[in-house]
Amino acid sequence: MAVTLVLAPLIGAIIAGLFWRIIGERAAQVVATALLFLSAFLSWIIFLTHDGGVQQITMLRWIDSGTLVGDWALRIDRLTAVMLIVITTVSALVHLYSFGYMAHDENFSEEESYRPRFFAYLSLFTFAMLMLVTADNLVQLFFGWEGVGLASYLLIGFYFRKASAGAAAIKAFIVNRVGDMGLILALMVIYFLVDSIQYDDVFAAAATLSETTVSFLWTDWNAANLIAFLLFVGAMGKSAQLFLHTWLPDAMEGPTPVSALIHAATMVTAGVFLVARMSPLMEYAPQAMTFVVLIGAFTAFFAATVGLVQNDIKRVIAYSTCSQLGFMFVAAGVGVYSVAMFHLLTHAFFKAMLFLGAGSVIHGMHHEQDMRNYGGLKDKMPYTFWAMLIGTLAITGVGIPLLYIGFPVGFAGFVSKDAIIESVYAAGAGYAFWMLVIAALMTSFYSWRLMFLTFWGEARGDRHTHEHAHESPMVMLIPLAVLAVGSVLAGMVWYGPFFGSTEQVADWFGPSIYMAEGNNLITEAHYVPNWVKVSPFIAMLIGLGLAYQFYIRDTSLPGKLAATFPGAYQFLLNKWYFDEIYDFLFVRPAMALGRFFWKRGDGTVIDGGINGLAMGIIPFFTRMAGRMQSGFVFHYAFAMVLGIVVIVTLVTLTGGAR
Amino acid sequence: MLNLLSIITFTPLLAAAIMALFLRGNDAATDNNAKWLAFIATVATFLFSLILLFGFDPQDTGFQFVEEREWIMGLTYKMGVDGISILFVMLTTFLMPITIAACWNVTTRVKEYMIAFLVLETLMIGVFTALDLVLFYLFFEAGLIPMFLIIGIWGGKERIYAAFKFFLYTFLGSVLMLVAMIAMYVDAGTTDIPTLLTHEFSAGTITLAGWQIVGGAQTLMWLAFFASFAVKMPMWPVHTWLPDAHVQAPTAGSVILAAVLLKMGGYGFLRFSLPMFPVASDLLAPLVLWLSAIAIVYTSLVALMQTDMKKLIAYSSVAHMGFVTMGIFAANQQGIDGAIFQMISHGFISGALFLAVGVIYDRMHTREIAAYGGLINRMPVYAAVFLLFTMANVGLPGTSGFVGEFLTFLAVFQVNTWVALFAASGVILSAGYALWLYRRVVMGEMIKASLKQITDMDRREKAMMAPLVVMTLLLGVYPAAVTDIIGPSVAALVDGHVAALAAYEATTDAAVRLAQN
Repeated sequence: MAVTLVLAPLIGAIIAGLFWRIIGERAAQVVATALLFLSAFLSWIIFLTHDGGVQQITMLRWIDSGTLVGDWALRIDRLTAVMLIVITTVSALVHLYSFGYMAHDENFSEEESYRPRFFAYLSLFTFAMLMLVTADNLVQLFFGWEGVGLASYLLIGFYFRKASAGAAAIKAFIVNRVGDMGLILALMVIYFLVDSIQYDDVFAAAATLSETTVSFLWTDWNAANLIAFLLFVGAMGKSAQLFLHTWLPDAMEGPTPVSALIHAATMVTAGVFLVARMSPLMEYAPQAMTFVVLIGAFTAFFAATVGLVQNDIKRVIAYSTCSQLGFMFVAAGVGVYSVAMFHLLTHAFFKAMLFLGAGSVIHGMHHEQDMRNYGGLKDKMPYTFWAMLIGTLAITGVGIPLLYIGFPVGFAGFVSKDAIIESVYAAGAGYAFWMLVIAALMTSFYSWRLMFLTFWGEARGDRHTHEHAHESPMVMLIPLAVLAVGSVLAGMVWYGPFFGSTEQVADWFGPSIYMAEGNNLITEAHYVPNWVKVSPFIAMLIGLGLAYQFYIRDTSLPGKLAATFPGAYQFLLNKWYFDEIYDFLFVRPAMALGRFFWKRGDGTVIDGGINGLAMGIIPFFTRMAGRMQSGFVFHYAFAMVLGIVVIVTLVTLTGGAR
Repeated sequence: MLNLLSIITFTPLLAAAIMALFLRGNDAATDNNAKWLAFIATVATFLFSLILLFGFDPQDTGFQFVEEREWIMGLTYKMGVDGISILFVMLTTFLMPITIAACWNVTTRVKEYMIAFLVLETLMIGVFTALDLVLFYLFFEAGLIPMFLIIGIWGGKERIYAAFKFFLYTFLGSVLMLVAMIAMYVDAGTTDIPTLLTHEFSAGTITLAGWQIVGGAQTLMWLAFFASFAVKMPMWPVHTWLPDAHVQAPTAGSVILAAVLLKMGGYGFLRFSLPMFPVASDLLAPLVLWLSAIAIVYTSLVALMQTDMKKLIAYSSVAHMGFVTMGIFAANQQGIDGAIFQMISHGFISGALFLAVGVIYDRMHTREIAAYGGLINRMPVYAAVFLLFTMANVGLPGTSGFVGEFLTFLAVFQVNTWVALFAASGVILSAGYALWLYRRVVMGEMIKASLKQITDMDRREKAMMAPLVVMTLLLGVYPAAVTDIIGPSVAALVDGHVAALAAYEATTDAAVRLAQN
């Protein structure tokens, strides 16, 4: 069953990508989507019937050299099962949604067959992502890791005629590769010390690793910390954490269903999954974990500030994703992996919905993405509006604080975000706690800003576009409805297993998540002071109030504020100038260095030196070789023959070889 | 099949002789016959080599299919293959039919062109099968002559300069290798390679013209071989002949140059340097590792800035060969497995990339990156194939490009973490130059008027690419197909290396103790 589940999307990708000419465009799309729904169905069966143990299935030998063994193998445990339902459910819905969204596209002419290609890429992505989460060893994880990177590259660059799409695709791939370098180094250290890359062996060696020092580069390191740190560098790339986040906003160049599937619900959460998967090791790496918390908290804060001022609807949601991933890493970093997974799960529902809702708006508004040209769309797109509203209520964390009836009452984001904030407080990470609360405030502000600008107020921008604004077809609305159910209920339904109590969580996750003795944070988090418990709720209310004031009551306020603080506004609008700084620090020097090595290194020094030397020697040989006019070939042949003659003479003189 | 290896080696030469002697005339029909004859001969060679592959026993780490007979002037003709060499033979025979197919549109002196390639094939296979020093030297050096001719006659505008440069670089290396071979013969009294492999060359420190040479004779001989193989590889900083040679060579010449000729250097290191001079190899490994690391970073950066497609791919080849030398001199199982795998895989990938350049060069007669853009609009199949090989070149898991790189990474980390770090930065840089090339050539609007009529790959071109696509993916998904064959021989090589070093340590320790007493 697990094998079918994983391979079905690959088969779908192959059929849609290579054989659509034979079976037809429509059939290709249907086949890919049907296989994805099959995958999703099987995933839910696995998830619901899972007994909490670990199941390992070897499919085929892969890399095998000396003591290094990495097979194509599946590992199904609770952690994987959670990821399975997230990936296949969102992916199936996105496939369905794409029937509507990709039906017409102004980037392609009518006779062009771009649709099968799109579905093939989506299915390929899903396959790679499934390989990532079902891997039983670190190389297969890396296969999935790079596979999703490839799919992401292909889908961001899907509109291949757009220069900006090409640039964004490359940027995504290369920035991710910076992270991948960390991951590869981690694999090197692990193999060097453990002599295996199987999860079981690595986990078994974790305690030993924490007492091992390894010499890496200039000094000695604690092995567990070093490995955890390098793994996290990989996670930072994939999950767009601070310093390696620059690709994610640009990735919005891809079609919107892609943003929902890859750049919100699944691929970007791979980093969080990695940290949770490696929890047996992470628990022995306190310094590295401090670093995880630090980066997570700063990302949550930084991305939220940038999200405040962006005008492109997709970029707002992209920064929001970046910020929410920061929340998840903080949770993982303080040691409550299940809570990080909890937020990953709920976030997948409401963020996919927000993106698909945004896609519905963009679709209805003829590919206009600037929110300054929206306004008053509430009545023209009622279903989309309700979906987006539910998504916003979920992400901003609306619920009833301090009410507990076996579980807290509120939207999915309310339950999981509060779980993170309470855990962080209980862990004693004061600065992270405050940064997350402030980030929550800003989350509320930019989310409501998006809602108000889009659905409320006067219609702005091109009048023609507004007149033709329309609700999306059923095939796009059904996925929204399904995700809406998840956004409302996911938090309350799965509260217990993810955040009930330390024992309950440990019991449910079984061996898939390891919490060291004495890591009792989940239970402790339930006993934090009440002001801590209500603080995210209050932050949410303040954000909502401010957004209401700015974008409903006095719409001239944002402009005035920006005019009063132009420096701060430009700083945020330009995303803290990360792109410019990186261009100056890395891209330009790399190119200058390349040119220098080429022209000066290869040209002047090496060629110049050797040619200069040769110019002294060659005339000598030329004279010696006499007047053989036919060029160098004969000089060469001559020299060779000369050589052979010497050997032969020697051999003959000394009596011949036996 | 006692002389299977000779049959494989000399079938192409036989075809070349038939062509030279019996194929007369200058009309199109003659040209066509020449091409078909060459194609059939290379396919036949490949089929023969399949018999070799199926008859080969990987568990036997000695030489198999050995042929030995008296030859002229007291020399011995001896051939054989082991786990290290057999796949290079396969690589050569596999690629030759594709190479011949790639020159199907050549119109100048077709018969001679075919003869050059057929002779070249014999000499290349000979290098990998020769088990006698003189025989090896003969094949190794003679192989350059057809390559010179291919570049010099059918090459581009500046072919004379390229051939000149090629000559200079290789000549110096060859002279030194020759001297070392003579020294080996004097020392061991034989030119038989299997015997030489078991011979212990002296490694005691010697003083030469006031210089203390640690590792003694081994070090000197190692350096002499190194001069030859490093140029062939090519390693930084003696790599500059390669971009020029590639740019001037015709497509088929580039394919063979990148896919097979470069591998002779790596094969040489594995056959001679590492097993015959273990002490010197160990002593000088840091040098090679650092040169490899520099090569990976340096040439990747240079590749980034190229404006000529072939030069870019040539520089990327140098970077990829950096992984090979790094793996070999890490001298452990993963390193050598990875190095051989990388060489085989690079044969397919770089061959395919040069073919891909050839496809559009045939249409537009330029290799300038700036002359292209937006090819995907009219050439979707080409875009897909080119993407696959671009990704394979970047080392994406699932393609053969990943396995070799990954194994050499794991290997070198056990030896030197700094080198591992620099090499790992290659994963970023290779993505940079490869994807940027892809973007500039394939993606975007098709703006240039000259490209408006360009056509997608035809049936011949697809047929050329298909086997390479299959191999790249097959070895990416099931690399055990290669590692199972090379594994035992590599293990024996590594064990022998370790044992030789241990023995050397023991004798020096004993000497020190003796001196102390």
